[in-house]
Amino acid sequence: MPHAVTPSLGKDLLGLEGLTAGQITAILDTAEAFKEISERPVKKVPVLRNKTIVNAFFENSTRTRISFEFAEKRLAADTVNISSTGSSVAKGETLVDTARNLEAMRIDMVVIRHGASGSAQFLADRIASSVINAGDGKHEHPTQGLLDLLTIRDHRGPLEGLKVCICGDVLHSRVARSNIHGLRKLGAQVGVCGPATLLPAQVGEMGVTVFRRIEEAIEWADVLNVLRLQLERMTGGFIPSLREYNRVFGVTRARVEAAPRDLLILHPGPMNRGVEIDSDVADGPHSVILQQVTNGVAVRMAVLYLLAGGQPEQAEAAKTGGGE
Amino acid sequence: MRPVLIRGGRVVDPSQRLDAVADVLLADGRVARVGQGIEAPEGAETIDAAGFVVTPGLVDVHVHLREPGQEHKETIRTGARAAAAGGFTTVVAMPNTDPPVDDPATVGFILAEGLRAGGARVFPTGCITMRQAGEQLTEFGELIHAGAVAVTDDGKPVVSGGMLRMALEYALTFDLPVAVHEEDPTLARRGTMNEGIVASRLGLTGIPNAAEDVMIARDLVLAELTGARLHVQHVSTRLGVQLIREAKARGVRVTAEATPHHFTLTDAAVELYRTDAKMNPPLRSEADRDAVREGVRDGTLDVIATDHAPHHYDEKEQAFEDAPFGIVGLETALGLAYTELVATGIIDFPTLVHRMSVAPARAMKLDGMGSLAEGSLADVTIMDPRAEWTVDPAQFLSMSRNTPFGGRALRCRAVRTLVGGNTVWQGSTAG
Repeated sequence: MPHAVTPSLGKDLLGLEGLTAGQITAILDTAEAFKEISERPVKKVPVLRNKTIVNAFFENSTRTRISFEFAEKRLAADTVNISSTGSSVAKGETLVDTARNLEAMRIDMVVIRHGASGSAQFLADRIASSVINAGDGKHEHPTQGLLDLLTIRDHRGPLEGLKVCICGDVLHSRVARSNIHGLRKLGAQVGVCGPATLLPAQVGEMGVTVFRRIEEAIEWADVLNVLRLQLERMTGGFIPSLREYNRVFGVTRARVEAAPRDLLILHPGPMNRGVEIDSDVADGPHSVILQQVTNGVAVRMAVLYLLAGGQPEQAEAAKTGGGE
Repeated sequence: MRPVLIRGGRVVDPSQRLDAVADVLLADGRVARVGQGIEAPEGAETIDAAGFVVTPGLVDVHVHLREPGQEHKETIRTGARAAAAGGFTTVVAMPNTDPPVDDPATVGFILAEGLRAGGARVFPTGCITMRQAGEQLTEFGELIHAGAVAVTDDGKPVVSGGMLRMALEYALTFDLPVAVHEEDPTLARRGTMNEGIVASRLGLTGIPNAAEDVMIARDLVLAELTGARLHVQHVSTRLGVQLIREAKARGVRVTAEATPHHFTLTDAAVELYRTDAKMNPPLRSEADRDAVREGVRDGTLDVIATDHAPHHYDEKEQAFEDAPFGIVGLETALGLAYTELVATGIIDFPTLVHRMSVAPARAMKLDGMGSLAEGSLADVTIMDPRAEWTVDPAQFLSMSRNTPFGGRALRCRAVRTLVGGNTVWQGSTAG
């Protein structure tokens, strides 16, 4: 038994900054056990039967919302989706009132995606239900960070000592922050690379090495996690043009082939092909981008299961319906 | 009013370099005499101030009373009474109300409401530009005639350097203080807290020191160019303090504010997205906080002002980025100044009185205030420097409770506040 005494996750999953290495590893190990469910012909186990979950997406999202929905449905939870359009949110209801109304419906969990940093914390402070942060502003996106960790671990084993560079728009990226915290807690060395206009102030104080040039980052790294460049960053004046961004910071085939090591390349999606990453890299042998998506469902199943009170040691038993 | 004799207190009045146990006699709304062994005139009320400190009434040159337009946050009446409870006998109200104070009628309204409030004296300011839009000067002469003591677009910077130069030059006619909120919006980029590692971790857009520094630098240059009176509001950066220090050394006519929150807290107070630690300028780094303290000590920041900014709890009960800027300050300022600056040995007690009464009265040219010299207005604060108390926002007289200092243990408190010789506030421990 790898985790004789597993630290509980507590009520919520708001970010990876607040978790210990033991908690993160427990989630990854649990996800490992749940991966197999998605490969079955009947992709459903009764782990979260009778649990009610609200997916509250106040910001557009396709892949994260669908990934959570699949995770919930495969664990047999009862789910409701609300989005900002067509809901009371669009009518001006405040976040606090939305929270209280959800609470009043006696739900077990809320998965929240919101444009404001700290909104998941805000909700968690005010309701007794478990809150899972599915991305809050520019703060954290913990399940994305976890699925990135799981994918790296799948390919490279333990993360201790591994060099992972996060490339691109770190400033606006919740994925970057969750990656930095999660990777560092598991002992990886973390770099960031991008134009200084797109790096957070004093980012070095988060314990990362800053690379000014993508060539230097690639020279250094074992793994690249290439962030999506939001196209509006150009009109915001952060970069002069997408063409120049690709030329100076793009993860291109030539750069990847010049790497001294066999690179592993991740991207949280959706990709801008030909901007931050070239198609022949995204579709090439170093890329594990689609496996990230597959792992996303397993990681989210693990988080849901653990927050509902499940034990990592019993995940295998739970899958067969024996655990409760 | 009947005469009032305040007997046996330690009278601290830096305007006349006075720090001695003495009696203070108030009559006809003025200070009649300060000295030892004054006999109570017939019919006088006698206040035993033994063990307390008697100072010229405290003056806060930077408060938002929200009226007209935002009476759910504060009114002139509640704000003036909260001020009195905090030991203030005079407050200067900022003009970013709804509508903004850019015409004489609104100035007159605030003045009239202030007279009826039964708290601290309330003096209005007018906008520098119409609707604070930065495009057309207000009628300074008309605003002054109606009772405005200064002009400011506070809450917003005057973005155009050319416009501020015009304002400073035009103000020369009246020797009118021009108070400025220093923020380059293109550098602040709609940030919600200090730029730094805390903002980077929390995923909040930071407001760099530079957004304030470049505007302070610009406006000091313009004050030097024009020879006008510049008053720099709520200085929060170390370079800003240094720039003002250097300008003063060159003889530029500049006064400047430090707020209690900027000399007490750092951006660490924002952790967990506490909206009661959200204000503009934001709480900064330790180095900045220490520079503000040093500025208060050496007189670069000659004025302590609260930037009292009440907000309804609904407005602060939001995600951090959506909540408004500002905290209330009138009822915690004296305790914070004493606890953070005097008890720590950074300044002595007379300097505290200077920064909270003498200097602010001078900065806004408030004649008869900030002094207990004979003939001054009978505005007196009696305080107990040994009082130990805990901030309980539920007890505030202000309508709003948005403070990061709830539960904080403080020393020193006003026990009695007199305006024009009338007691406008008396604490339960008053003698």
